[in-house]
Amino acid sequence: MKFFPLIWSALWRKKLRTIFTLLSIVIAFLLFGMLQGVNAAFQRGVDNANVNRLVVTSRISLTEALPISQMQLLESVKGVAAVAHATWFGAYYQDPKNFIFAAPVEIDRYLKVVPEIKSAPEQLDALRHTRDGILVGLVAAKKYGWKIGDRVPLHSTIWTRKSDGQSDWDFQVVGFYDFTGNASQTDGALFNFDYFDEARAFRRGSVGWWVVSLSDPNQSSQVAAAIDKLFENSADETKTQSEKEFAQSFLKQFGDINFIVKAILFAVFFTLLFLTGNTMMQSVRERVPELAVLKTLGYSDTAVLTLVLVESVLLCLLAAAIGLGIAELLFPLLKSVVGEVRLPPSVLLAGGGVALVLAILTGLPPAWRAKRLDIVDALAGR
Amino acid sequence: MSEAIVSLRNVVKRYQRGKQTVEVLHGLNLEIANGEFVALMGPSGSGKTTLLNLIGGLDRATEGEVIVAGERIDQLSSGGLAKWRARHVGFVFQFYNLMPMLTAERNVELPLLLTSLNGAQRKQNVAAALAVVGLADRARHKPSELSGGQAQRVAIARALVADPTLLVCDEPTGDLDRKTADEILHLLQVLNREHGKSIVMVTHDPKAADYASRQMHVDKGALVQAEAA
Ligand SMILES: Nc1ncnc2c1ncn2[C@@H]1O[C@H](COP(=O)(O)OP(=O)(O)OP(=O)(O)O)[C@@H](O)[C@H]1O
Ligand SMILES: [Mg+2]
Repeated sequence: MKFFPLIWSALWRKKLRTIFTLLSIVIAFLLFGMLQGVNAAFQRGVDNANVNRLVVTSRISLTEALPISQMQLLESVKGVAAVAHATWFGAYYQDPKNFIFAAPVEIDRYLKVVPEIKSAPEQLDALRHTRDGILVGLVAAKKYGWKIGDRVPLHSTIWTRKSDGQSDWDFQVVGFYDFTGNASQTDGALFNFDYFDEARAFRRGSVGWWVVSLSDPNQSSQVAAAIDKLFENSADETKTQSEKEFAQSFLKQFGDINFIVKAILFAVFFTLLFLTGNTMMQSVRERVPELAVLKTLGYSDTAVLTLVLVESVLLCLLAAAIGLGIAELLFPLLKSVVGEVRLPPSVLLAGGGVALVLAILTGLPPAWRAKRLDIVDALAGR
Repeated sequence: MSEAIVSLRNVVKRYQRGKQTVEVLHGLNLEIANGEFVALMGPSGSGKTTLLNLIGGLDRATEGEVIVAGERIDQLSSGGLAKWRARHVGFVFQFYNLMPMLTAERNVELPLLLTSLNGAQRKQNVAAALAVVGLADRARHKPSELSGGQAQRVAIARALVADPTLLVCDEPTGDLDRKTADEILHLLQVLNREHGKSIVMVTHDPKAADYASRQMHVDKGALVQAEAA
């Protein structure tokens, strides 16, 4: 690109001003990277939700238990292929920071409904035959360095044990599992519901929620309505959602993250638009004689427009690259919050897109001015 | 007289300032032969720069024909005019008008960026142009690190580098002391005589005009006399 030195030198004509502008764009994109990264990580759980599954919770609240006696009724609903359940265990390992999504399940039912879970047959067998066995997700296993045969104590923030009134539950690692298509789903563990149900001090015979697979995904809303109808006016009314809706409403407990992130970013970029736009305009105003000279030398109006526009694109893309680069470096620090180690590439891509739009929006008015510039007037300083 | 490089017929130039129309050139006729070095003189506000801008294709006549380097440039589109300028004219201004952020050689290279020359060829042509103006050793200097005379030489090198047939200079020595001015004028003379460049130069300075092969006087938007030097 032979015009690069010309464009680059124009960009640095006022060093300090360019540095300040660059910094504000860098910071905006750092913010963009971090916030969108968190958002995307949360949203990913929603997007990966299976359309072929429904989640049945209590109508009262997500955390309200449902009686296990609902199982047979659920299985009888037309369009339901299989029924499994899970219960919120609220576990952490050693330190409350080490939250782990461990859930008591009936493993064979669960595998039928969530076939993405992959484990070696002998490890599954071991779970079936070990009352206090636990199957650990690959990410969690790596995080805590657990091996088969390890005894791991998990502290439940919800459930106490009938035997000693304590909240510490002891498990024996019997194997690991992977989750097809989404490794972040393996930051958890599964253990035997029978063991849990017998040992817990209260609410025996209840489950946290039902997971229902459908024989036909297109029937999802009809089946959901049928289920809720079935338990209408019973002691345990239900709320049935697709897995995606469920994931979304689960997130909403923490506030509408997506909306908050978008609102903040909108405000930031709106401000940036004027700041950068103003800087670019000012810089072109100062360079009127120089731009006129370029035209004198035979640079066409379009060429001058392009030069100014490319300058703006260069500034914005450079700043965005730095900002997103820093975000990429800092993002792993949020691992404990979002459970993901890397900034999703989609965020980087979106950042590049935003930078380009910003560049064109801020670059076009001054570029247009440069294009319209009259040589004779400009040379005469009019 | 060889073929004309510049030929103006009944050229009228009017400026529109709001509701007022100002006629700056009134039906001007002018011929400049290929290889001439013409000095345009006249009082301030007489229309010298306006005339020069028409000849150099920076501005368009309101009426009349402007034929320069064999082309009816009054009929060219603005894009066509830009291309034409790049090919046929080199400009030198009173205040050099160099890009302050670029080195001398980068400044001189600017017109070549519009050509299809590759990097090596551009470098070679830039070096040759800087050598002609005697500034080979200042190639890496920024305009702020050059004296006025040196800056004007760089500007002349920039005007030369694409090898135009015509050089158009508006008071090229207006900002220089006598000695430096003489050096610049001598350089222009060399370019005219040895490199075959036709030159049209506006100047207020009768001594400067003496370097030209012909002087023309403009007064109140009309040529008053044309005499051979
Ligand atoms: N763009 C314009 N709009 C209106 N009037 C103009 C414009 N350009 C030039 N003029 C007028 O035309 C007249 C001639 O201007 P021009 O710049 O050609 O004079 P000049 O002979 O070059 O003067 P100087 O020696 O001071 O440079 C002046 O009266 C000027 O005010
Ligand atoms: Mg003038």
